[in-house]
Amino acid sequence: MYISIIGAGLAGLSAALTLAERGIPCALISSQGSERAQSVLAEGGINAALDNMGEDDTTAEHFADTMKGGADLADPNAVKGLTDAAPDIIRRLEGYGVPFHRENGRIAQRNFGGQKKKRTVFAKSSTGKIVMSALTDEVRKYEAMGLVKRFCHHEAVDIDIAERDGRLVCGGVTFIDIYTGRKYHLDGRVILASGGLNGFFPGHTTGTVPNTGRLTALLFSKGIEIADPEFIQYHPTTVSACGKRLLISEAARGEGGRLFVMRGGERWYFMRDKYPEMGDLMPRDVVSREIWNVTHNDGCGDEVYLDLTVIPADTWQNKLSDMREEIRYQLGIDPVNEPVKISPGIHFFMGGICVDKCHRTNADGLYAAGECACQYHGANRLGGNSMLGALYGGLCAADGLAGEDVLPPEPLETGSDGGEVTTGFPDGFDGKLCDILLSGLGIVRDEKTMQAAVDRLGVLEREDLDDTQRQRLYLGKAMLMGALLRKESRGAHFRSDYPERDENYRKMTVAKYKDGGIDITYRDIPELEKGEA
Amino acid sequence: MEYTITIARQRPGGEKYRQTINYESDTDKSIAMVLTEINSRKLYMTDKQATPIKWECSCLQKKCGACAMVINGRPCLACDRRLSQWCGNVIEIKPLGKFPVIEDLVVDRSVMQEELKAVKAWLDSSSRADGGEVCYEASRCLQCGICLEVCPNFAPGDSFFGMSAAMPLTRLLRQMDDAQRAEVSKLYSRHIYEGCGKSLACRDICPAGIDIEDMLINSNALAVWKRIRKK
Repeated sequence: MYISIIGAGLAGLSAALTLAERGIPCALISSQGSERAQSVLAEGGINAALDNMGEDDTTAEHFADTMKGGADLADPNAVKGLTDAAPDIIRRLEGYGVPFHRENGRIAQRNFGGQKKKRTVFAKSSTGKIVMSALTDEVRKYEAMGLVKRFCHHEAVDIDIAERDGRLVCGGVTFIDIYTGRKYHLDGRVILASGGLNGFFPGHTTGTVPNTGRLTALLFSKGIEIADPEFIQYHPTTVSACGKRLLISEAARGEGGRLFVMRGGERWYFMRDKYPEMGDLMPRDVVSREIWNVTHNDGCGDEVYLDLTVIPADTWQNKLSDMREEIRYQLGIDPVNEPVKISPGIHFFMGGICVDKCHRTNADGLYAAGECACQYHGANRLGGNSMLGALYGGLCAADGLAGEDVLPPEPLETGSDGGEVTTGFPDGFDGKLCDILLSGLGIVRDEKTMQAAVDRLGVLEREDLDDTQRQRLYLGKAMLMGALLRKESRGAHFRSDYPERDENYRKMTVAKYKDGGIDITYRDIPELEKGEA
Repeated sequence: MEYTITIARQRPGGEKYRQTINYESDTDKSIAMVLTEINSRKLYMTDKQATPIKWECSCLQKKCGACAMVINGRPCLACDRRLSQWCGNVIEIKPLGKFPVIEDLVVDRSVMQEELKAVKAWLDSSSRADGGEVCYEASRCLQCGICLEVCPNFAPGDSFFGMSAAMPLTRLLRQMDDAQRAEVSKLYSRHIYEGCGKSLACRDICPAGIDIEDMLINSNALAVWKRIRKK
């Protein structure tokens, strides 16, 4: 039996390392090297209740903040595992040599949104890049030992899913060498770590071009369940630059930055005014919605600014020098001296492939981890929990395979008719699909606009589409239907026609494709298991 | 403003040709955005044979190193160069010259990964030191290959591996145990220290802005002179 990991970002590397450290071989398949993975863009840090800042922080509080930030929609047992494991994960990264920021010899922690205590460990605002460099080096050790076999410049084009005795079973992965066109098959278990659905919104997210969401759409068309697809995180502070949404990390507000809008000729620091306790560090869904509110309803200007001029010089120097440089380069302004005009942009997909707390999908032998999976974040992800979720998710998925009899991967060459690999560049269909989804899945939603979007998808569906396009259309439709049928407001899903939370909807949306149709059902959120409180 | 963009293209079989595309833009854009638009709007269809331009990219914001290429003779990231940064309106784009071309602007940089394996760029045992600012700085290396492109001493397959191998080692040498450091120091001397002619062309061209000279002083001190700099 073989194990294939698809994707070489944080979740994929974490899975590969977890297996390799136990002497279990695997194939690590990715279209580009780990240096190019979206994980290198993660900025602000990783949450873990190390309590290094003398605030009596605990894993129980990290658990409570994550559940509350996710509007009580996450699986509490999975979140408990995540938050309990976080301190050990940081220690593991320390062992790999990750140079986290330190103060007085200890790993320092900063404030982040939705958390009252300093809990986020960081490396300036390039945490993802710095962690990825250390993990890439660590995995290289096992590559040299033959335990991790990298298939870089290889792209997974198909994942075998068959029905057997009434259950779906994963039969392995087919992938092609992008450089030669040669096609290979590797049977056995698959851990999917292929990232979020950025490709459904080309140019409108903070993510990377190769994260197209194509494999998620392919699997959806094969009967793999998708959970909570309606929950899309708009990060409050992004700017339009370099052909995408450029993120200005939450660390900027964690270190003292504040949002304002002009009202009556004066600056109104609306977050501090409306939320005196947490101010600008409310969870991202709240901040983005308030930005929408002040620019639509409160008699203000339509431009919101992030004022970073109050951040002390030594903080800029020691903790945010990379952010300052990026803003200066990309926007041509120095945030030390003048505020930055921002607006919310798509940053993270809480929804994705439906997995249990062990990261198993509804197909035997298929696991999903990282942003492609729906786990830990509920209706809204807390900043600092994405890298943690990817690291822990990869670990859990690999854990589930630890008892199996695994062989070093020997892919079978099956020809050279690899077909088209995805470029990640939008074609006409992608532009149309994006336009429709954006129209229905904004920060504030309502029945009329979402129904109009569904209707427009119906028109697009009647066009002459290829298989890949049709798969993408169905997944897009699942996002819209999930949002349309959830008649409440919760986390990142806010409806002006149903502005209140409705506890009848405290359930996971599960979308399943069958015979050209999409079923939307709801699954109860499990109770926290006894002894876990 | 109208630009004349010439791209050195190569078909998978190895056939080379140049394609000139007239490109109009009223706003300043990165070359990565221009290439994206050329493909999206099918501006490459200047003749019946034309296919989309193959090039690698990922983050579009100078953080992943994927889109390294040679623009108007200068190796750089396509996302790191804007139309306005060149004098005039003629732009010539070529693939990096020191790596095998796969197709168009896509080159095979896997030699860099092989060289990192050859110098054992990893930790045998758990890290012994946090390493501070030097380790942070060295960890920022994008592995884009631009430093190798301008290096007068680097050629793929030679014993000198260049700064893309030296940067990860700058961190690792500080953090590895004594036994591994003794072994890796020998590899470092052979594959980095002895081959570096100190032209420092790499220092001025690194798109991540890493102070490569300072990193090199640190790793040389550890591997060759057996002392740790305080910084």
